[in-house]
Amino acid sequence: MSDVKKFMYLNRRAPYGTIYAWESLEVVLIGAAFDQEVSLMFIDDGVYQLVKGSDTSESDMKNFTPTYRTLGDYGVRHMYVDKESLEARGLTTDDLIEVEWEDWETEESVDNIVEAVDAGQIAELLAESDVVFSF
Amino acid sequence: MPIEVDGKVLETDEEGYLANINDWVPGVADVMAKEDGLELTDEHWDIINFLREYYEEYQIAPAVRVLTKAVGKKLGKDKGNSKYLYGLFPYGPGKQACRYAGLPKPTGCV
Repeated sequence: MSDVKKFMYLNRRAPYGTIYAWESLEVVLIGAAFDQEVSLMFIDDGVYQLVKGSDTSESDMKNFTPTYRTLGDYGVRHMYVDKESLEARGLTTDDLIEVEWEDWETEESVDNIVEAVDAGQIAELLAESDVVFSF
Repeated sequence: MPIEVDGKVLETDEEGYLANINDWVPGVADVMAKEDGLELTDEHWDIINFLREYYEEYQIAPAVRVLTKAVGKKLGKDKGNSKYLYGLFPYGPGKQACRYAGLPKPTGCV
């Protein structure tokens, strides 16, 4: 039995307007120091967190969309996006940022860890997680 | 406590980080280093410039573990280790180098 637990961060809210998305991202950045297996899931308005080209210059909030692109460096292995939520908002994976992942020791790499999944896969992924954090 | 750089007074927070990242000029690093009794070399500047580029791209200051790996990748394996980085920045490469670079304190750094 390994001590590595599967952590799932579930994000359901739009990136700006409330503090939830930023708080979730900060917890992921901090939690990554503990060497757990970390995945993120984006559902409902949460999918907007990964839409590229966001511009917050007219608001009081910092644009933290670029920060998601470093999550691979923080050991995040998977970023799942709900297909239905994307479709309902007229979005496709082409509208989303890409996040690279690389194992620095083995140089094994994945060009993009952002992946669209359907409801059945989401249910499975949540069921196999040891811990689910919901934001 | 505010610091004076090139004749301008710049606000800092209670831990000495620049209050406004846009205030940064290279002189900020020199003044802060001098206060710590440190002379900045090209090796220090490699790390400071690296941090500024990282922040520009990702909008956060990297955790020290991420910094160490990324420096190793960009500047060579001999520099991507904590011994080398602590040698340059004895108060902690994350905290001290980020402060010199005008960045906020790294997320997750307590």
